[in-house]
Amino acid sequence: MIALVKRPEPSRVFSLAAPVLAVLATMVFGGLLFAILGKDPLLAIKTIFWEPVFGEFAFFYRPQLLIKGAPLVLIAIGLSLGFKAGIWNIGAEGQYIMGALFGAGVGLAFYPAESALIFPLMVLAGALGGWLWAMIPAILKVRFGTNEILVSLMLVYVAEQFLASMSLGLMRSPEGMGFPGSRNLQQYASAHNADLITGSGMHWGVVAAFIAVIFAYVLMARHRLGFAIRVTGDAPRAAAFSGVNPARLVLFCLGTSGLLAGLAGMFEVSGPAGQVTIDFNVGYGFTAIIVAFLGRLHPVGILLAGGLMALTYIGGDIAQSKLGLPAAAIQVFQGMLLFFLLAFDLFTNYRLRFGRAEVV
Amino acid sequence: MTEPLLSLTSLTKAYPGVVANSDVSLSIAAGEVHALLGENGAGKSTLVKMIYGLVKPDSGQMRMNGQNYAPAEPRAARAAGVGMVFQHFSLFDAMSVAENIALGMENAPKLSALSAQISAVSETYGLPLSPDRIVGDLSAGERQRVEIIRCLLQEPKLLIMDEPTSVLTPQEVDILFKTLRKLSAEGTAILYISHKLEEIRTLCDSATILRLGKVVGHCTPRETTASEMAEMMVGKLLQAPTRAGQTAGDVVLGLTGLSAPAPNAFGMSLKEISLELRAGEVLGIGGVAGNGQDELLAALSGERPVAQGMISYKGEDIGPLGPTARRQRGLLSAPEERMGHAAAPDMTLTENAMLTGAAREGLEKRGFLDWPAATRFAERIIERFDVRTPGPTAAARSLSGGNLQKFVIGREVLQKPDVFVVNQPTWGVDASAAAAIRQALLDLAQNGAALVVISQDLDELMEISDRFAALNEGRLSVPRPAQGITVEEIGLMMGGAHGMEVAHV
Repeated sequence: MIALVKRPEPSRVFSLAAPVLAVLATMVFGGLLFAILGKDPLLAIKTIFWEPVFGEFAFFYRPQLLIKGAPLVLIAIGLSLGFKAGIWNIGAEGQYIMGALFGAGVGLAFYPAESALIFPLMVLAGALGGWLWAMIPAILKVRFGTNEILVSLMLVYVAEQFLASMSLGLMRSPEGMGFPGSRNLQQYASAHNADLITGSGMHWGVVAAFIAVIFAYVLMARHRLGFAIRVTGDAPRAAAFSGVNPARLVLFCLGTSGLLAGLAGMFEVSGPAGQVTIDFNVGYGFTAIIVAFLGRLHPVGILLAGGLMALTYIGGDIAQSKLGLPAAAIQVFQGMLLFFLLAFDLFTNYRLRFGRAEVV
Repeated sequence: MTEPLLSLTSLTKAYPGVVANSDVSLSIAAGEVHALLGENGAGKSTLVKMIYGLVKPDSGQMRMNGQNYAPAEPRAARAAGVGMVFQHFSLFDAMSVAENIALGMENAPKLSALSAQISAVSETYGLPLSPDRIVGDLSAGERQRVEIIRCLLQEPKLLIMDEPTSVLTPQEVDILFKTLRKLSAEGTAILYISHKLEEIRTLCDSATILRLGKVVGHCTPRETTASEMAEMMVGKLLQAPTRAGQTAGDVVLGLTGLSAPAPNAFGMSLKEISLELRAGEVLGIGGVAGNGQDELLAALSGERPVAQGMISYKGEDIGPLGPTARRQRGLLSAPEERMGHAAAPDMTLTENAMLTGAAREGLEKRGFLDWPAATRFAERIIERFDVRTPGPTAAARSLSGGNLQKFVIGREVLQKPDVFVVNQPTWGVDASAAAAIRQALLDLAQNGAALVVISQDLDELMEISDRFAALNEGRLSVPRPAQGITVEEIGLMMGGAHGMEVAHV
């Protein structure tokens, strides 16, 4: 018999080793999966993890790492605050869309005027859009005790309908010859979220992601609000006893995560994506959930996890085109990562005991 | 001499890092009421768990009725005629008494037949209980009767009772003792676990005393004084808390018609509680668990703020204020449940010191937390209250119950409260730690703080209170001086036996 025994104290070693072990296990079992599909597993793993950074075309892929990693990190940082406190915002994808719509909306409204104020205004609008969309589940939860998981998730689909409506209607480009989609903001200098150094992939969203990481780190380690979040996650009654107001915490956590997701959407639509289209959202809001947990809900961990996730995205794309791996296999591979992380995570608080089971 | 009903020979059971029972031997004759006496952590629970088949001994043997007895699971123990009433009940609130009992039986008869059986047993043993009532509506004493009747229906030869009186009013204790004496007269042996010495002296024929997992003595309780037994139990003389008499100061805390709705379906609402508390006095609040103790503490700590005008503190209306604002003013509290309420289990002692110490100890400046200062505060608590732990970086859950309690109480006491409200300050704490905690409370009062001590331990309340009041169904009785109050009077203040007289046989 194998039994799980709770450790008297969480193991520090395992809490740090779990992500590394998870990545290793994913490589082993992912490799197995690729072998079953008739591909060379070593080559596939190398393509996913090595090619984007050090391969022949790395000059092209490296900026992509920043472009893909930034929204993941930005959203995941926001989500991690709530997740730490047991407040589950699953609808970052919707908040991301609304941020993009609000931001792009402001930019398009000023077209073709040129002013240095337009982009900052768009940033504020994007943040506001994401924040407002997240306040719906927050207020419903505080006021009526609804489940924020369901409400925020359902609102993703509402936001997608908004997106479709906007790209087909209000925001459709008058010069688009009837095709759905807005004007391209990349061709509108005042609204363009351009690379800060041309060709580096370093746009304002990347800067915002780094700022968010530092902000979250200070908040969690040094500020009373971060402490309130951690206590609430560990022992809600102890938090209430110490004076934490649970309703305010829900509003703060959902609001902040919505705000950051909205920012991510705004930076994406005005930069790498360029325009509002029906298929603007590609799942950053959902992948960020994996990133948040892969990073152990720790700001620095999330930064690393965002990079790793971006790597598997880009490496996965390369593996698809170069080796002909099916897209589904890449998704399974990414899913394995979260699965193994959660599995190894268990050993932070529990250890295995072999031998006879005993009822106590 | 005939063979005893149950005999244990050199039972030993070790857990990683601790020997719970070492070479324990005892024997119980049919019809004997045998007390198992010891402090928390002395190994009483482990021993009865072995008898009840929940834990397997590492070595030693048990004999029952002259035969080898080694129950692999509780079912085997029940089949051999051993019944056990646990300290914590395992009942479903939303189901009736009969349904609850049927759930615990291997092959339960029809509900109507079972109800008849329940009524019969309850008549015979003087345990008034209606089989159709919903368990959620029952008092703790009545719930205990459900558990006892569940055992009696299996006609046990040995009944194990784990701290049965901790949740009962004195009158309910009398009813229970009559039942137990009747059972014993019919030949049922009873293994009675308690640390209440007077009770054991009234009820039990013999006693085995455990300390640190070993048998340290046997005695006949009727011929031994309580202090002699206490000495054997603790291994040293206990110092009774002391304080110099003093006159009460100004009124610091006033409750006027304090009412609050029940927080949930099985909670208790507070009804029109009024009282005045003066600086330097200790108000003891007794009562059977579940009569509004948790709710009163939550209303006073600010965890559940109440309406305006209900609580005044030094002349200020603080009813709607939250915990932090009340702490800043000097009203501190410590709830009953240490793990998860007074302390966050997975967090370090430093973090737990920050939990309530932030405002008063200057651990926070404009929202930013001063962790080195919190560590120093935690170290001070650990040192002053003799908390056994490797240090302030240990997780709260790694501490034993008594040590965590010392930490939690120490954390508040060191913040020098003007009013301190505490619920069950020594619950589950060993005798020497309990004495230290009581002394710390009395020292607080000595230095001019006003204390509200909510407890279910009447001896404790009598020892430290200046005035005594009782909670019953969310109402507080009129406080009266604790000096010279009798057990009967206390019982009446606690609501008698909840309308239950001994059923007429």
